[in-house]
Amino acid sequence: MVTLTINGREHELDVPDNMPLLWALRDIVGLRGTKFGCGIAECGACTVHLDGAATRACITPVSAVQGREVTTIEAMADDAVGQRVQAAWLDLGVAQCGYCQGGQIMNATALLKTTPEPDTQDIVDAMAGNLCRCGTYNRILAAIERASGKEASS
Amino acid sequence: MSYANDRLLLANVSRRGLLKGLVGGSALLLAARWDLGLASETAQFGAGAMPGGWVDDPNVFIHIDSDGGVTIINNRAEMGQGIRTSLVMVAADELGADWDRVRAQQANADQDKYGNQNTDGSRSMRHWYDPMRRAAAAARIMLEQAAAQQWEVPVHEVRAEIHKVVHSPTGRELGFGALAQAARDLDVPGRDALVLKSDSELRFIGKESGLINGELVSAHPKAIDGEDIVSGQAVFGADVDLEDTLYAVVARPPVYGARVKRVDDGEALKVPGVRKTLRIEGTGQPAAFNPLGGVAVVASNTWAAMEGRRALEIEWDMAPAGDNADYTSDPYRESLEAAAQSPGKVIRQTGDVEAALEDADTRVSATYYMPHMAQSPMEPPVAIVRIRDGKAEAWAPVQNPRATREGIAQRLGIDKESVTVHQTLLGGGFGRKSKPDFVTEAAAVAREFEGQPVKLQWSREDDIQHAYFHAVSVDHLEAGLDADGKAIAWRHRTLSPSIASLFAPDPKHKGEFELGMGFNTMPFSIPAIRLENPPAPAHVRIGWFRSVYNLPHAWAIQSFAHEMAMAAGRDHRDYVLELLGPDREVHNLTVGDGWNYGEDPDLYPIDTARMRRVIERATEEAGWGRETGKGRGLGLAFHHSFVSYTAIVFEVEVSDEGELTIHRADIAFDCGPQANPERIRSQLEGACVMGIGIALQSEVTFKDGVAQQDNFDSYLIPRMPDAPRVVRVHLIDNPDDAMGGVGEPGLPPVAPALCNAIFAATGKRIRRLPVGDQLTG
Repeated sequence: MVTLTINGREHELDVPDNMPLLWALRDIVGLRGTKFGCGIAECGACTVHLDGAATRACITPVSAVQGREVTTIEAMADDAVGQRVQAAWLDLGVAQCGYCQGGQIMNATALLKTTPEPDTQDIVDAMAGNLCRCGTYNRILAAIERASGKEASS
Repeated sequence: MSYANDRLLLANVSRRGLLKGLVGGSALLLAARWDLGLASETAQFGAGAMPGGWVDDPNVFIHIDSDGGVTIINNRAEMGQGIRTSLVMVAADELGADWDRVRAQQANADQDKYGNQNTDGSRSMRHWYDPMRRAAAAARIMLEQAAAQQWEVPVHEVRAEIHKVVHSPTGRELGFGALAQAARDLDVPGRDALVLKSDSELRFIGKESGLINGELVSAHPKAIDGEDIVSGQAVFGADVDLEDTLYAVVARPPVYGARVKRVDDGEALKVPGVRKTLRIEGTGQPAAFNPLGGVAVVASNTWAAMEGRRALEIEWDMAPAGDNADYTSDPYRESLEAAAQSPGKVIRQTGDVEAALEDADTRVSATYYMPHMAQSPMEPPVAIVRIRDGKAEAWAPVQNPRATREGIAQRLGIDKESVTVHQTLLGGGFGRKSKPDFVTEAAAVAREFEGQPVKLQWSREDDIQHAYFHAVSVDHLEAGLDADGKAIAWRHRTLSPSIASLFAPDPKHKGEFELGMGFNTMPFSIPAIRLENPPAPAHVRIGWFRSVYNLPHAWAIQSFAHEMAMAAGRDHRDYVLELLGPDREVHNLTVGDGWNYGEDPDLYPIDTARMRRVIERATEEAGWGRETGKGRGLGLAFHHSFVSYTAIVFEVEVSDEGELTIHRADIAFDCGPQANPERIRSQLEGACVMGIGIALQSEVTFKDGVAQQDNFDSYLIPRMPDAPRVVRVHLIDNPDDAMGGVGEPGLPPVAPALCNAIFAATGKRIRRLPVGDQLTG
């Protein structure tokens, strides 16, 4: 048994210690906004916040997150920064297929919490681990600038 | 066979000669069955020629509730191109619906009811724009008639406004919801009674909105799935929540055609959560859309299934794979390069190329290589299937619902009416999800678990190693220039394994639907032309990848035209405009192309004036001809594909150490009328990024038949730092021509434009993709 705190709620899970948080979220808890893309922390589709820090759930065993706060994309609507990021995403029509965008938003929100006014290079560096096969990178960048209060770059 | 009742007419396929490259009658059957988009019994071209054709019945597509909620059925796969927003918006605009009260509902797989649902070939908007407008116009007229009846006034005195019908003389109003029931009982007006809205009456169609070249110029109507996506609520293939779900993964043969010889599942069954292992029979070669076979591990969650698979001990029988087990990329490339030195099957011929080459003052020759690639949508293949009481129900992210339904039916030995396919959102498609092998796999597992849903998940390793790979290609070109540098001879030999090898004994030659992707449709005006297609065998599953054979053809032709310009000492743009020759319409049949993306050549000729205009626009916007400074350069390429026209100019910088920076892209695009410019821009922006990956990074190589890349640490695709910060899209205002494709035509010119820019910056010629470390090595 492991006890996880996810989006402020405690969950008791009967899973092996080495089960990645991703699969515990998706298959056991039933929170499916966190996506599977690679399983080796190369794509960022599974990004969640662990005590506020962007973390790849696909390589993080549940044993490593006991006693810590796990936050997923489903909770971003209740997060002040997350709301701004989501609104900017919608304003700029960022998403194409949308599969990676939950992870992108989680990563972007974590960035803005530590660096409220990032410059372009800060954003590019922070987002380099999040793949988007549709190629929406410039809109992601513009949306992060918009959420940070800076205007979209031209 | 059960397909006899379908709307495919094999004689039509044969008569039109669309599958010349395929061998034998059974090949025709297979190809037609698998919905290559080639035939129908009634129409020769366009939407009507697609299996299932089009439907414009408002009762099929538009439902209005008594509370005024409007539901519009979307019958095309949503994979990021935005069709669920764009096509629904087309109908909502014509209907006059309030966008905030419109919802989209995804059609299940049923081509008899919904018309063609095979979402590929950049066809959705150009085939469904007219039917959806007609369906919506008919619904609007029915609402007006219902209001007129209720008010007992002549119908010409009423008119529909936004979400209501108004009687002008008296100012009376009734909402769509209040009229819905009465309207539903009326006869659908005939097509000749429909009057579509004029452009000035439209609110959404053709209107620019949203983010334009980095600037938010206006709000755009909200995307149908936008809020669900940003809040993690959107339902992709793996997100369907069904009680009692079992989870499965499959260990597949490492080489195409190999089979399981022996399996020891003792350790796998000890993994906590693992329930069962079972063999899945493959169907051998050609695989079509059938499973590759292997061993499935079924468990109580995905992780347990993956752990169980790791613990399997499988001995593979390589004998059925034949020489696929010897397939190694470097020697294969060398064999194609050697074959390119000899004449091949002649595809198109004008004048005497050999004599013209002899007469030439200057000869230019080059060989280009493009490797295998995997589509690798961010959502790996995944499907859920539940079989109960002889009926199957599937939830899957598929581009081709009909093939999905028939694949399941065939595998289970039931009729297609007993199979329901729910189409989820696709986390990217790019051609991978045109092949529903993964859904049939899930059905093969689910039949062992009566009544229980089985979710079959592919890992990224599965996805990359068992893709339907983009065809590897060698293109060898030779040109002769006269004393003034003018082209007098063009000889092009193209070699790639054919997608037809999926469905029939390997033809080793490209089919017309492959050659027609920019090879025989090459529009240059040169007196002597010979196009040849020497043989190239397939050793892996070859399949559609966004833009398909346009990729190697554009890469080779556009790179070579640049080489010719340099050999002639000419400006590249001036030279290619001269190669294009005088403005004219090239009828496809005159260049040996009977395919033309399925469209009527009279409506969709290759229009060199449109090509010229995108070249001029992209180069003007990019500031062509300006001094760029040391280590910087501009590169141009252009291409006609999916009956649209694209030109791209890149500005790049290469440091002394060989580090490449892409500063800017200017993309000019002409697809004729634009339904939703906002999503057209996003498609072109995205294609630019994907194309940069094709140019610089992406390659799958094989050794002894086994893919050597298996995840995003070895199979590289673009990341945010790889994309240019400035990507400008310039849409050509052209409402007068017929509507063209959008999803794919942005991709083919990217790689050659980038490599031409690299040449301009460095003088280094790239003839082999990806660029990789060629600039630093």
